[in-house]
Amino acid sequence: MYRRRTCQKHSLIILTFPPSFHFPSIHRINLDGLLVYFPYDYIYPEQYAYMQELKRALDAQGHCALEMPSGTGKTVSLLSLIVAYMKQRPLDVTKLIYCSRTVPELEKVVEELKNLIEYYERETGEPSTLVGLALSSRKNLCIHPELRGQRDGKEIDARCHAMTASHVRNRHQEDDSIPVCSYYEDYDAHGREVPLPPGIYDLDKLREYGTEKGWCPYFMARYAIMHSSIVVYSYYYLLDPKIADLVSKELSKKSVVVFDEAHNIDSVCIESMSCVISRRTVDKCHTNIEKLQECIDTIKEHDQQKLKDEYLRMVEGLRDANVARETDVVLSNPVLPDEVLQEAVPGGIRNAEHFLVFMKRFLEYIKTRLRAQHVVQESPPVFLRDISNKVCIDRKPLRFCSERLRSLLRTLELTNLQDFSPLTLMANFATMVSTYTKGFTLIMEPFDDRTPTISNPILHFSCMDASIAIKPVFDRFQSVIITSGTLSPLDIYPKILDFRPVTMSSYTMTLARQCILPLIVSRGNDQVTISSKFETREDPDVIRNYGNLLVDLAAVVPDGVVAFFTSYVYMETIVAAWYDQGIIDQVQRHKVLFIETQDAAETSLALANFQKACDNGRGAVLLSVARGKVSEGVDFDHHYGRAVIMFGVPYVYTQSRILKARLEYLRDNFNIRENDFLTFDAMRHAAQCVGRALRGKTDYGIMIFADKRFGRADKRQKLPRWIQEHLKDGVCNLSTEECVQVCKRFLRQMAQPFSREDQLGHSLLTLEQVQSEDMQKMIESRAQHG
Amino acid sequence: MSRSEDILLTVKHVKHKKSEGTLYMMGSRMGWMLASKDTFNISLNYVDIKVQKVSPDTKEKVQLQVVMHDGGATTFHFVNPAGRAVQVKDREGIKELLQQLLPKCRRKINSELEEKNRMLQDDPELFQLYKDLVVSGVISPDEFWASRVNKVKEATTTNTQDIGISAAFLADVKPEADGCNGLKYNLTADIIQSIFKTYPAVKLKHTEYVPEKLTEQEFWTRFFQSHYFHRDRINTSSKDLFFECAKADDIVIRSEIDKPMLNPFTDLSAMSDSTLSEGYGTLSRDMPAGSSHSSNASLIKRFNQHSTMILRATEVRTVNGSNKHGNDNGHIPSAKKACIREKVEYNDLQPKNESIQGPALRLTHPDRYLQGPTPLIATQYHTSEEILSACQATTQEIMGWRPNLPNVLSASSAVGVLGELSPGGALMQGCTSQQLDQMVPKDIQQELRQLYIALCELLRHFWACFPATSKSLEEKVVKMNGTLERFKSAKLQPFKERIHSFHFNFDLVGHMDEMLQAAYQKYNAWYTKRSAKKL
Repeated sequence: MYRRRTCQKHSLIILTFPPSFHFPSIHRINLDGLLVYFPYDYIYPEQYAYMQELKRALDAQGHCALEMPSGTGKTVSLLSLIVAYMKQRPLDVTKLIYCSRTVPELEKVVEELKNLIEYYERETGEPSTLVGLALSSRKNLCIHPELRGQRDGKEIDARCHAMTASHVRNRHQEDDSIPVCSYYEDYDAHGREVPLPPGIYDLDKLREYGTEKGWCPYFMARYAIMHSSIVVYSYYYLLDPKIADLVSKELSKKSVVVFDEAHNIDSVCIESMSCVISRRTVDKCHTNIEKLQECIDTIKEHDQQKLKDEYLRMVEGLRDANVARETDVVLSNPVLPDEVLQEAVPGGIRNAEHFLVFMKRFLEYIKTRLRAQHVVQESPPVFLRDISNKVCIDRKPLRFCSERLRSLLRTLELTNLQDFSPLTLMANFATMVSTYTKGFTLIMEPFDDRTPTISNPILHFSCMDASIAIKPVFDRFQSVIITSGTLSPLDIYPKILDFRPVTMSSYTMTLARQCILPLIVSRGNDQVTISSKFETREDPDVIRNYGNLLVDLAAVVPDGVVAFFTSYVYMETIVAAWYDQGIIDQVQRHKVLFIETQDAAETSLALANFQKACDNGRGAVLLSVARGKVSEGVDFDHHYGRAVIMFGVPYVYTQSRILKARLEYLRDNFNIRENDFLTFDAMRHAAQCVGRALRGKTDYGIMIFADKRFGRADKRQKLPRWIQEHLKDGVCNLSTEECVQVCKRFLRQMAQPFSREDQLGHSLLTLEQVQSEDMQKMIESRAQHG
Repeated sequence: MSRSEDILLTVKHVKHKKSEGTLYMMGSRMGWMLASKDTFNISLNYVDIKVQKVSPDTKEKVQLQVVMHDGGATTFHFVNPAGRAVQVKDREGIKELLQQLLPKCRRKINSELEEKNRMLQDDPELFQLYKDLVVSGVISPDEFWASRVNKVKEATTTNTQDIGISAAFLADVKPEADGCNGLKYNLTADIIQSIFKTYPAVKLKHTEYVPEKLTEQEFWTRFFQSHYFHRDRINTSSKDLFFECAKADDIVIRSEIDKPMLNPFTDLSAMSDSTLSEGYGTLSRDMPAGSSHSSNASLIKRFNQHSTMILRATEVRTVNGSNKHGNDNGHIPSAKKACIREKVEYNDLQPKNESIQGPALRLTHPDRYLQGPTPLIATQYHTSEEILSACQATTQEIMGWRPNLPNVLSASSAVGVLGELSPGGALMQGCTSQQLDQMVPKDIQQELRQLYIALCELLRHFWACFPATSKSLEEKVVKMNGTLERFKSAKLQPFKERIHSFHFNFDLVGHMDEMLQAAYQKYNAWYTKRSAKKL
């Protein structure tokens, strides 16, 4: 039936448009009065709708949340619109800050930006004046010959610091034997006055430019982001208070901030505000303090004045920072509370030695707390009261710990700051625990739950409120755009991030052929219900049925098949069981098997080989883990992922106390029920996993949800709309056999030739079509506004 | 072929038909020599051997019989004076060697036969020729193939496509309990090949240990007993024979891991741009697997290694290190760039590339291709303007042209020309040959074609003998001459007579006669010269 229809369409099209017929290409789209240069000849309807919505948000100078399927050109739509906006209304929007998650994604964005700017130059005939650049850590930018080949980012950071700290450089002027980085020196001497010439700089180009000029690309980029129009960097440069303070503090208020792939943004926020203190950290802190003591003793003999200066500075307080914040030139630092800025550093810790004593006392207290034999969970106020009762430490000096330590480290001119990271962690913890009475929890666990005999005390200081870290961003910048391919249900994000969007929309993919096939497999061929729920997950029947599903699909589906499990532990047990049941052998008969491991390098190799096996036609199966590195960062587009199987609902490990605390917090403060949040979290990860298979409308992929529970309304409705709309009732309760039949039919359909003409006018538009009134109505009607 | 004549094994005290002698095993044949002589009394090609049989242990005589394809059989009796045990040992030695050699030779001969068969099937003309020449006994099959030996070789070599290794080859080993506390493994030559290809370290071990220290069977028993084969490979003790193999594999995998990743999208370790240092963040992202699951983890690791090795094995042979220079540092950024570029491309948003990329046409002299052969006439060259104006002028002239029909030709000369142009007219003489295929019946045409091909083939053989430098060539010339004559009398003559019955007015076989004549002349000339020389 379907095939016949395509055939008819073919012949019809051929009659109407002879091959030589050339469609007029899109040059400029008039979008409610804004001329948008779109660098392609055609446009997807949802791209147009997306840009419309985006423009509304920018016009209103507010925040927005937009969901659009992966592979429908989100990035290019975002860039085209915002660049057009910046060019035509330079007073309203001065800067675009584009945040993405991984380095390759950053590079991808820069590449698209490059395309766009080239297109502008071609169309307008004049060179672009924009400066756009990517910023990444030293690991990706350093060109120092000794450090370049290194793989460990921390090592590079530490050594870079050892060569570029101001006191090191001062000493170098007296003594040539102290090494400094010539690139940094040159940059400091000449580079600051010279602005980066207009152009788009990806990491490679930054390095090239740096090598050519002899300037350090990292510092050049960090400096250049202040006056460049477009900045592309990782989330952490905005969300992690420690680094945001260094890098993004002075970015213009009239910036548009885009968080791409933002479905996990709350976790990033929470990560950046939480910390973990173990016995080892405490021990290291002790050595740190001893070392600092030594340093203070030596410096006392040589340079008493330095310490005195510092003392005076402490008296004056952090006034500068306060002035800056009041005049609204900087992004506020959530670790640096307002109160701290207005006051002088308390007398008890002004003196360096006194401060060390203070820290020692604090450390001792933590140590006694870690000695507890049972699990303790308490809120920061309880903790503060206890610390005040037991060791007489007040809240006020604790708040200053972080700043005080920073100042001390500066004064002592220590080069190997990396060594003092445990103590810095401790000081940060002290500041945060005394600053935030709400949104955080302290959990002290004497041992790991699975190994109750081994003492391994850990103090979790856990953030439960994602909005704390992102609040400064929402407050400071005029428009913040939260977007991703999977952002369903949309309304939960404003709640957990605590912001008021001016607009929220979800777009589906307009398709000329149904190129995604979501299916819910709920039972095996023997009618045993398959599910990863706790009671049945170890059941050999379930495991066998999961295995048979994989084997059957591996036999039917060409090229790459990717399967996701709910956790590493679960995957390991299943793989072991499959090995015993001979299922692994059966899979290997059809395809080459690769499995994600916890070792990133090993997994990278497995991935590379997986792709190789798909490329050379052998076909491969990759077993992977939801929430794992692969599911977050690797696309399985086209033949790399013709089918994705989600074995089980990827719930987070629910026994974790941190999670429980967070769920309670969400319930009490945001009115989000535990189950709702858990399901939301599981479904966004499931959607993330299966969404990896599809990239673009010419691609196709099968998405199999292998768990009975997916069929329930509460789960199904939390899937993104673009998946949900193809998940008809008829495919929500399939057995393995039925699933294989459906897949076979689908694959046959997809194997038919598919040309642009099939898409045109429906899922692909030309300029005329996009400007026509009917189409605009159609586009408008398809969007779902939250 | 000296290698195939290398003596692999000699066993003395072997009786054949009651006379004692020595048995020699060579690369492609086995021979038996009477103790007193120095030439083989019996020589058996392995190719011809169908099967070998040994006498049961219960029998007193220790014998080995080889049965040939043609049904004949030769029996050897081992009579080592040192006793029965040694006799049995002698025989086992021969037996095992034969076991290894026979399949090899068989495969070779089979593949050759198959190849010839395939060639005949693929090429109907060749098949006809074969029928004409070989089946009818004009030349022997060996001769027929001898001239094609290169082609056969070529075909066989180009067709030996390397077969990839099945990922599940170890699964085919399928251990079965044999009922008495043991396990039986099914091991075929294919599986052994796969194991060797996938795990070069095992192959190394094999060559090192077999057959000096261990027998084939022992080796494989050890292999399957080894933890190397089993999943819990963490427990490999250093005593294990395959301990080093496991280590070697690890090294290989390590080196693979350490290679720089060309595709940034699969390099997980370089992907994150997180600045969170130790101690920050929450630990509970996923419960890290505890030590209790290390056996499972190692199992997973082994699957990955296995698959990697399999892919590597296929790759190494196809690539053969030719892309090694692709790993230069300079290539990495461009490869990376290409990956990123590919990712940001939307092929349906971009206009189609109209020019379909076919293989590029490479011409050494493009002018020849564009112009074709032109007669050597001094031509005047015109500028394009002149050509254009000429074109225009012509068009205009044609536009303005009024045919003045009545005055073109006088009536009588027109009739004359018409007459000349009708069939039978003076101008139509040469045109009869066009109808030749209609005049000659189809079967005659067919036969003629076959005869032509056959004759050409024979003549090719004939002419290929000149200059006849060696004795064998001279013999062949004589033989070929005979063959030609036989061909003439057996094939050509009857055909001529058949054509006669059709009363064609032209000579269909004239050319063939001429070719034959030429060959005869050459032969005669050569023959007289040779006899003169001999005299």
